[in-house]
Amino acid sequence: MRSLGSRTKKPLLTGVGLVLTALMLFPVYWMVNESFTRDQDMRKDPPNWFPVHGTFEGYRAVLHQQLPYLGTSLLIGLGTVALTLAVAAPAGYSLAKLRPRGGGVLGFVLLIAQMIPGIIMAMGFYVIYLKLGILNSAPGLIVADSTIAVPFGVLVFAAFMSGIPEELMQAAKTDGAGPLRTFWSIVMPVSRNAVVTVSLFAFLWAWSDFIFANTLDGGGDQQPITLGIYHYIGNNNQQWNAIMATAVVASIPATVLLIVAQRYVAAGVTAGAVKD
Amino acid sequence: MSTLTQTPAPRRPSGRWAGWAFLAPVTVYLVAFYAYPMYRNIDLSLRHYTVRSFVDGDAPFTGLANYSKVFSDPTFAPALEHTLIFTFVSLFFQFWIGMGLAVFFSKHFRLSATLRALFLVPWLLPLIVSASTWSWMLNSDSGVVNHALHAFGIAPVDWLTSPTWSLASVIVANIWIGIPFNLVVLYSGLQAVPADVYEAAALDGASAWQRFWKITFPLLRPVSAITLLLGLVYTLKVFDIIWIMTKGGPAGSSTTFATWSYRLGFGNLLPEFGPGAAVGNLLVVMALAFGLIYIRAQRKQQVA
Repeated sequence: MRSLGSRTKKPLLTGVGLVLTALMLFPVYWMVNESFTRDQDMRKDPPNWFPVHGTFEGYRAVLHQQLPYLGTSLLIGLGTVALTLAVAAPAGYSLAKLRPRGGGVLGFVLLIAQMIPGIIMAMGFYVIYLKLGILNSAPGLIVADSTIAVPFGVLVFAAFMSGIPEELMQAAKTDGAGPLRTFWSIVMPVSRNAVVTVSLFAFLWAWSDFIFANTLDGGGDQQPITLGIYHYIGNNNQQWNAIMATAVVASIPATVLLIVAQRYVAAGVTAGAVKD
Repeated sequence: MSTLTQTPAPRRPSGRWAGWAFLAPVTVYLVAFYAYPMYRNIDLSLRHYTVRSFVDGDAPFTGLANYSKVFSDPTFAPALEHTLIFTFVSLFFQFWIGMGLAVFFSKHFRLSATLRALFLVPWLLPLIVSASTWSWMLNSDSGVVNHALHAFGIAPVDWLTSPTWSLASVIVANIWIGIPFNLVVLYSGLQAVPADVYEAAALDGASAWQRFWKITFPLLRPVSAITLLLGLVYTLKVFDIIWIMTKGGPAGSSTTFATWSYRLGFGNLLPEFGPGAAVGNLLVVMALAFGLIYIRAQRKQQVA
């Protein structure tokens, strides 16, 4: 029997793991498969399990119809990252290192803020934006999207920066650096990992956002890719290969994130939940 | 500000002004982009809005009329029931599948780290991507799920277009999306369980099943509680998946508070912002109630 601490390679477990992963990722495989399927094969019974008559029709449609949406999503994603970092990093520094009186309350408020459903925020923003006349605008959507990431960002920065050794802070102070200089020249450079984690998630959430886009940007000429897909499903029911091709393209940031920054992803998932 | 001067000096006296200076952006941000939209939302729920008064901004104050309208609406009871079923069934499966996978992946076989990373994919995909992929897979005529059932001689099921199955279908998609979160958090919890505890138990002749129930699960209780509570808060507010897959239908059979609130506010030609905001605020109350329990549980864990 298997004993703990055995140094075997456990090929059986690897086999089971491969099967489980294949099952879990089947929908993703199916999305890719369908994105290469010809129109006439989309409703075949039984379906083609592999893209045997692979076509780029779907991707050609993406190139022709979806590029502006992708550009808008990129712009909104980057704007959200910039706004989130600008608000969250100083706050994290303050909560972790300067610890002003009453700061704890703010940490509590941030936890609560994370729990407010998006639909509620969307309705509030809608009323405000309608009055200000900034419905259907990219800056408006950037502000709304950043609300998904800012509380998370502050908590990640605070958790990370509280791990910076006090000696480093003291040394900076002895050298005559004020809080601003300490923050900019000492704390920020050593907090690179936190910056990467927060940026990745802020970008991904803004890129993936559907609810704010649909409520606050539903009628504009600058719409993100999530709405591109949504309109596709609504208007263009028949062309599922194009819909799936758009979905594949919209998944690229998530894929890049997983490949390039796997450890940051796991860190980000656990940051909010378990603090060790 | 006076409280600042009255309090005993903190460790770094120069730090307190600087501290709030660094917190100023986030404070302004929270007031402008959280508190104010929330305030407007509460205000919406307490007034009688028509399209004209919405634009002019002179809607009459009607107190809790919107709330009593919502409570007596025939949609209320089914929406509450669907919200609870959606949340608890999703959580149950996400948690136990995530737990099973976490225990499995903690055995550190060859490729385990890579495969575990691949399990994150569903969580990272934009919800519209997952939801439209599931919609196409569950399509009555051409979906791969019905094709597969056909191979076993089972008649096609109208997954998204029959009131019997629509709620189950969106729950399945939501479980798929939620498994990675549970897996990662529970896995990191398992890593903290010292290996010698297991070795002692193995020497005592405990089976794998006994080891899980007698050792792993009790030790994971705090992490499990936090995973479930956070999952609860997140699942209560799920909107995208349901709206994209079924729009809460057919015949309201997959309507939850989140989709109902949206439909009232944005889904009709004649928007009903007041009742929509009222439903949304009920959802906030539910989320905050569980959220506060979560914060308490987390504090307790940190103290321990």
